[in-house]
Amino acid sequence: MDITSLDISALSGKLVKKELSSAEATRAYLERIGRVEERVSAFVTVTPEEALKAASEADSRIARGEDVTPLTGVPIAVKDIFSTRGVRTTCSSRILENFVPPYDATVIRKLKEAGAVILGKNNMDEFAMGSSTENSAFKKTLNPWALDRVPGGSSGGSAAAVAASECAASVGTDTGGSIRQPASCCGVVGLKPTYGRVSRFGMIAFASSLDQAGPLTRSVADASLMLNAIAGHDQLDSTSIDAPVPDYTAGLGSGIKGLRVGIPKEYFIEGMDPEVESSVRKALETIKSLGAELVEISLPHTEYAVAVYYLVATAEASSNLARYDGVKYGLRVDETGSLLDMYKRTRDEGFGPEVKRRIMLGTYSLSAGYYDAYYKKASQVRTLVKEDFEKAFSACDVIATPTAPTPAFRIGEKLEDPLTMYLSDIFTISCNLAGIPGISLPCGFTKEGLPVGLQILGRYLDEETVLRTAWSYEDATEWHKRRPNL
Amino acid sequence: MKYEAVIGLEVHAQLLTDSKLFCGCSTKFGAEPNTQVDPICLGLPGVLPVLNRRAVEYAVRMALATSCKVNRQSVFARKNYFYPDLPKGYQISQYTEPLAERGWLDIDLDGERKRIGITRIHMEEDAGKLLHGEGPEDEAFSFVDLNRTGVPLIEIVSEPDMRASDEAQAYLKALRDILVYLEISSGNMEEGSFRCDANVSIRPAGSSKLGTKAELKNMNSFKFVKEAIDYEIARQTDLVESGGKVVQETRLFDSARGVTVSMRSKEEAHDYRYFPEPDLLPLIVEEEMVEEVRSALPELPQAKRERFISEYGIPAYDAGVLTSSKDLAAYYEEVVNETDEPKASSNWIMGELLRLLKEDNRDVKDCPVSPKGLANVMKMVKAGEISGKIAKEVFEEMYRTGKSAGEIVKAKGLTQISGEEELARIVDGIIAANPENVERYKSGKTALFGFFVGEAMKATRGKANPQVINKLLKEKLGG
Repeated sequence: MDITSLDISALSGKLVKKELSSAEATRAYLERIGRVEERVSAFVTVTPEEALKAASEADSRIARGEDVTPLTGVPIAVKDIFSTRGVRTTCSSRILENFVPPYDATVIRKLKEAGAVILGKNNMDEFAMGSSTENSAFKKTLNPWALDRVPGGSSGGSAAAVAASECAASVGTDTGGSIRQPASCCGVVGLKPTYGRVSRFGMIAFASSLDQAGPLTRSVADASLMLNAIAGHDQLDSTSIDAPVPDYTAGLGSGIKGLRVGIPKEYFIEGMDPEVESSVRKALETIKSLGAELVEISLPHTEYAVAVYYLVATAEASSNLARYDGVKYGLRVDETGSLLDMYKRTRDEGFGPEVKRRIMLGTYSLSAGYYDAYYKKASQVRTLVKEDFEKAFSACDVIATPTAPTPAFRIGEKLEDPLTMYLSDIFTISCNLAGIPGISLPCGFTKEGLPVGLQILGRYLDEETVLRTAWSYEDATEWHKRRPNL
Repeated sequence: MKYEAVIGLEVHAQLLTDSKLFCGCSTKFGAEPNTQVDPICLGLPGVLPVLNRRAVEYAVRMALATSCKVNRQSVFARKNYFYPDLPKGYQISQYTEPLAERGWLDIDLDGERKRIGITRIHMEEDAGKLLHGEGPEDEAFSFVDLNRTGVPLIEIVSEPDMRASDEAQAYLKALRDILVYLEISSGNMEEGSFRCDANVSIRPAGSSKLGTKAELKNMNSFKFVKEAIDYEIARQTDLVESGGKVVQETRLFDSARGVTVSMRSKEEAHDYRYFPEPDLLPLIVEEEMVEEVRSALPELPQAKRERFISEYGIPAYDAGVLTSSKDLAAYYEEVVNETDEPKASSNWIMGELLRLLKEDNRDVKDCPVSPKGLANVMKMVKAGEISGKIAKEVFEEMYRTGKSAGEIVKAKGLTQISGEEELARIVDGIIAANPENVERYKSGKTALFGFFVGEAMKATRGKANPQVINKLLKEKLGG
């Protein structure tokens, strides 16, 4: 039996029945990482010692039969954006290369409390800025399906690690598509919950009003299990939602008969990759065949979403990244010059080009004389985007779209052309602006064998319907069972 | 041409909450550097602020005490700038939607009352402190202390309604008194828990147009605020009269030289790039909370002062001194309550009590003599048990030792001698011992009466009842 091929519920079943120990599972994953990591480069930091210690704790928990959850003893990974006590947390940036946080993010605390074993920290675009993970200061993560292609981003390390079976699941973050787009590129499931469903405390901020943590998994059921563990109100995050957390696995199998699935006409655009389009259209037919009703809807402000996003997100980022100034922690360059010299050199050497670009964009749009025309206007249009969804959801229960306009592109292909890169998120961004939940799951492969993702968006706090729809489709198809040949 | 000054003040007051505005760290003043910090106020990656409810309540208190309208919704905003004492690279403040707006404060100056408008009161977090010293190799070195980072502040912005430095000073003192009365701020300027910036401009007297202003900073006492404003008014007037133009700038007060010096011009001013703080929801202050705070507001200094004048019939000056602190006013009222002698109580407190407290630099809260204790001394005088002079000694002894008046009087045998028989013997003795002075007195040198009184007091170590002595001497000397 290949332990690393099991999904969470299968693995958890074996652990609980003591057919397998968490220590064995953890060692199996560490060995797998040892075999494929050189090719995939999905991790910034692997923590075998901590993982094996957590595994033995999980094993004794299972032996005692106390507090055993479906994640107890399950080896997972997390994006290197979550603060981990005693384990360096870099955000894939030089400026935090040696930063070791003294505290755990709430997501990490909850995963540890559930008994999950954390294998290490996944690579990402620096400060979650990018759609290819090429903006990592340390390494380029490669797509396990085609090693000359990107895994998507910014949670590319997480998606690639799940696809390459280097972990049973990972937790990423999604600001404009950073969970769903790499999930689509790597043929895995990626869920962005409602904004505020999962605490942001300890998650290094990119754009505070958009950032949301969520799972990357091999199946929809696994995503539900992971969400069960990490969702919930947190007193340390004033923007987290104080609403009860349902059991997200409970209604997965109850079918989608009569469900109204909205198809936004603005999302099937000219220039979309024909193979992506045909895979998604076939998926919609499958959904229809399961008893759902397809309805055409309109999200008229879609064309402004990317512009709005790049104003709001960069403005917030320019402020969020001000703390990396060389004074208190992280990189400090030049102790001899003036304070201003130290700031400039530290930030010049500490940040990569994409981060600098966004800091400059955001600083500009917040500046005196430009604020009204840019940031304020963008905030107003954001409200219109949100209202688009509210109107649409009166005519449908979920919305189905492609996750990304193209399958995974080649390494370096878009690196020098930021605007084209930004369009990778064209279908995922609106969901963040509106704060609603969305999932990407595999819905086909191109002739070259590259995965294609289907995105399902739901009403505010209605992860359950999103997951049920995704599960029904997944249950009727085989795409999620394919694994890359490494 | 005659010019008039236009002055507006921006006051920052630290709130006396136990913990900081957005985290649970202590706000206590004077701790070892960087011992009252946690990941949140240190601005570590990934941390988020959580608003301290008590700070909101305190700010609402001040808003209501200055007749401001408390906004149901206010919004926190980020004020972005780089400085080593600001760990996040931005200060969480309020900008376009402050907590409260449009209030006022009345000041009394030379018997005249003047209303000063308050534009707004908003909440924000304090920054840390830089300490400049020497490094390991004696080189110039700066240290950062982040204990103060995140301590809650309210900023109170006045309208440009003041026309002279003494008005500004009176406004500032009134504001400070209210904060202290409300028990929400220590109002200590030297420790920096009460800070003031002044916007000063001049214009031709009678004009309604505002001139170009200079913002004055670094005035850490009431005296310096007055000096700085006076200097600045004179500087601007001289400048304009000699054909120059005032430029908009920030100027620092140099207390050693008594002058203001330019710190940065308008062009060098920061662009703070304010935007709504995405980590906090808009602050909603429900009407219920406002009413709750309103109903719990204490009597404010001005109202108390007026009540003291009308209720106790004491002079305005006395009322002013006695209401300068809430504790002193309470002390006074307790003494009056016991003695029913409003003016005598005021005299005792303003004279003896405040003198002793001042010598020890002690607060009335920590006064070893209780109001009841003082009242007892006053009652003993009234009952003729001790003389007024002895009473002062007894009071000081009570203050030093914490003993009661009765104990001291008894132990030292200070009880007033009022018995005529006993005193007559003493008076006879004095007359017998001073035949020459008796002669001189009888021949018209009546000023010597005081000499005989003094001798009698000396003989009784001050315990003689002066009225009885006077009576006896007059009889026996045949005055």
